[in-house]
Amino acid sequence: MASVTILYFASLREQLGRERETAAVAAEGESVTSLLSALRAQDSALNDLFERTPRIRVAINQALASFQDTVRPGDELAFFPPMTGG
Amino acid sequence: MIRVLVQTDAFDLGGEMASLSHISDSVGGISVFMGQVRGQGDGLESLTLEHYPGMTEKVLIGLAEEASARFSLLGCTVIHRVGTMRVGEPIVFVGTASGHRAEALQATAFLIDRLKTGAPFWKCERFADGRTTWVEAREADDDAAALWD
Repeated sequence: MASVTILYFASLREQLGRERETAAVAAEGESVTSLLSALRAQDSALNDLFERTPRIRVAINQALASFQDTVRPGDELAFFPPMTGG
Repeated sequence: MIRVLVQTDAFDLGGEMASLSHISDSVGGISVFMGQVRGQGDGLESLTLEHYPGMTEKVLIGLAEEASARFSLLGCTVIHRVGTMRVGEPIVFVGTASGHRAEALQATAFLIDRLKTGAPFWKCERFADGRTTWVEAREADDDAAALWD
């Protein structure tokens, strides 16, 4: 089956209790929002986390992306809170 | 010349400045910013910096390239530490070298403003009583980064 790797960082990783997973994705690709809706429907902890955490960012293949962007089989998707470097 | 490092070890401030100074005879000014763990009188003991290996380096190299082109830099060094650092320890070094001071000063401000909100680092604070909290992003940092758009 067509799949993507999903990474979670910082407070999201800590609250979910995992840092990576694999998820099924439409063979022709689909939006991050669409993929995330399917994941949230299957996983109440993930759903709760996204409900209560404002301003979650997304990256596709290690570049900042938007939730409307398309994620394709083999992509690396990452979710994380706003960055606090420096 | 661009030098980007993400590392757990401390950096050699004098050595990094000397490297920028020796890039070429055309260097007329070097500007440096160093950020360190700030004690806040609230029992903060240390910060742990987490990052996104791979993306972090890409973002920092992209920012260094953008700064080099935009401010005509002769040299640009960005070193960001990850892992656990105690109060008073250095976290980040940004150094730029240019023909004249204005470019180096502006480029250094550009780089630190942009990397704070654009590079995938996250800070977790640990206090003397054992509490840990993730640092919240500040709107003022977004505003500072946006000034360079």
